[in-house]
Amino acid sequence: MNTKPSAATLEAALNAPRVHGRGVWGDAARRLFRNKAAVASMVVLAVIVLLAVFAPWLSVYAIDDIDWDNIQAPPDFAARHWFGTDGNGRDLFVRTLYGGRASLAVGVLATAVSLVIGVAYGSVAGYIGGRVDTVMMRFVDVMYSLPFMFFVIVLVAVFGRNFILIFVAIGAVEWLTMARIVRGQTLSIKRREFVEAAHAIGVPSHRIILRHTLPNVLGPVIVYATLTVPQVILIESFLSFLGLGIQEPLSSWGVLISEGAKVIEVAPWMLIFPGLFLAVTLFCFNFIGDGMRDALDPKDR
Amino acid sequence: MSDIKQNSDGDGAGDSDSDGAGETLVAAPILRVRDLSVEFSVPSADGIFGGRRALTAVNGVSFDLHAGETLGVVGESGCGKSTLARAILQLLPASRGEVVWMGEDLVGHPGLRERRRDLQIIFQDPLASLNPRMTAGDIVAEPLRTHRGEIGRAERRRLVAEMFERVGLSPVMVNRYPHEFSGGQCQRIGIARAMILRPRLILCDEPVSALDVSIQAQIVNLLEDLQREFGMALIFISHDLSVVRHICHRVMVLYLGRVVEVAERDILYRSPRHPYTRALMSAVPIPDPRIERERRRVVLEGDLPSPLDPPSGCIFRGRCSYARSRCAEEVPVLEELGGQSVACHFHNDI
Repeated sequence: MNTKPSAATLEAALNAPRVHGRGVWGDAARRLFRNKAAVASMVVLAVIVLLAVFAPWLSVYAIDDIDWDNIQAPPDFAARHWFGTDGNGRDLFVRTLYGGRASLAVGVLATAVSLVIGVAYGSVAGYIGGRVDTVMMRFVDVMYSLPFMFFVIVLVAVFGRNFILIFVAIGAVEWLTMARIVRGQTLSIKRREFVEAAHAIGVPSHRIILRHTLPNVLGPVIVYATLTVPQVILIESFLSFLGLGIQEPLSSWGVLISEGAKVIEVAPWMLIFPGLFLAVTLFCFNFIGDGMRDALDPKDR
Repeated sequence: MSDIKQNSDGDGAGDSDSDGAGETLVAAPILRVRDLSVEFSVPSADGIFGGRRALTAVNGVSFDLHAGETLGVVGESGCGKSTLARAILQLLPASRGEVVWMGEDLVGHPGLRERRRDLQIIFQDPLASLNPRMTAGDIVAEPLRTHRGEIGRAERRRLVAEMFERVGLSPVMVNRYPHEFSGGQCQRIGIARAMILRPRLILCDEPVSALDVSIQAQIVNLLEDLQREFGMALIFISHDLSVVRHICHRVMVLYLGRVVEVAERDILYRSPRHPYTRALMSAVPIPDPRIERERRRVVLEGDLPSPLDPPSGCIFRGRCSYARSRCAEEVPVLEELGGQSVACHFHNDI
């Protein structure tokens, strides 16, 4: 080992097939796919997403078609109302799938918004530390203390009801927790020696954040993100239930559930089907999140 | 550590080499540290409203380092060895003093990031010093990306492969992740990362104390080989006196953040003057049971005093069997005695 490598051996080594290592992510993925609940959830979730995406082609009815012969009718396979119809004679199957589009879109997009803001904010606050960190995190505390519903109602009053507004409102609340998680993780990571090594090399701060601290906080962040999606879907349902969310004729699971709840005694299918979809989706996300947490848990390594 | 010692005894070439380095030390030093102090602010013990007080981890350390020289820094745990290394690299702010690198004071220097390519560090914990999410190749390539952006991808890969080979790793392993390597291999990756820019100084912060003995010898020999080939200076921090004796030209002994003795290696190991150095030397086990049984040990009593509340005068007096009243009143300064400097009032009487 003490001899200087000859050009020939170096050449041979360079041309030799490289050994590809099992990365931390690769290991985690393998563990995740061994988790039966998580894999089953991913399959079910994929089916729900596909149903929502291909909703227009899956039924003869459109979302606002009114079937005057079948108003608030129970499931009827002859008339191809597989989930029945609502009080206006609209096909509930189509409405549930369309509702899934809205709910899933809100869930994923609002989570993405909160992820981007929260990760950027948290990693900067955690990495810089000191007074900057204190100021940034006290701002988060102040935001936390604002009552969420009040905040949304003010937004709706100012900007009117709007699909985009839901993302903004939910994202604006959800990023706070994300920022706290990322900041805490960054604080512990930046004391590690490899970050010090990067400092000593002279890597600029933004690169240290991007290449060193951020990849190492992503584990808990991804787990929290998968657990945020169902939370956001629930918040959207809640807003829609209160009449602050999605507008007719579009629908979301929250809207459908709220309509169904009013007629639970005479038309239970109006509550059961959208409720079932919502519940199954929430379960799936939670199982996947749990699976990811187990897969990324360093103690398990 | 016995095999390193044997190695050094049998390796005549290594000895003459270090003597040669000693003779050529006429040029200006590449690193000049003057009166360097580092303070930490810690919460004081009396309740949450007690305010904060200063803990002086490194206190007025001064030394010169010449090109190609190896300076050993020894001392027990908590004496400020690692803090000194980090303060030299400006990873920790110095509260006082200057660190002059090639004629420029680094403390508060604006062009510091550029200077960093000449100053590198190797850490104690090999695995913790490597980013678990990056491949070994990316880790070694990072200094190149940072300071030599003009180098293309293919060339960078070639340089990394070359460096892998040079530190005794197979270049086919560049795509592996740190956790797939052993401790010794991780330390080689750390050395490759530190060496790839051909720095003029590498600070080794206990580079071998986390490794087992046979691996220690390999890593120390690797560092020596690299130094012979590339001529960088080393600051070698360790609590292992045998390793320090093997690799260093000069040795600096720290106690509670202060330099108590600096000397050429052979002088220090032959005739330590400071009572603390003597105690350290006598703690080194001798791999011959007969000699080991018969020699008289200097056993230090008591613990390292708290750096929050250091004793007045000589900081060592609480544990020193030669302490007199003058030691409590006057802080001893480093006294030059020809190749050896000692901070003790009574070094002549001991």
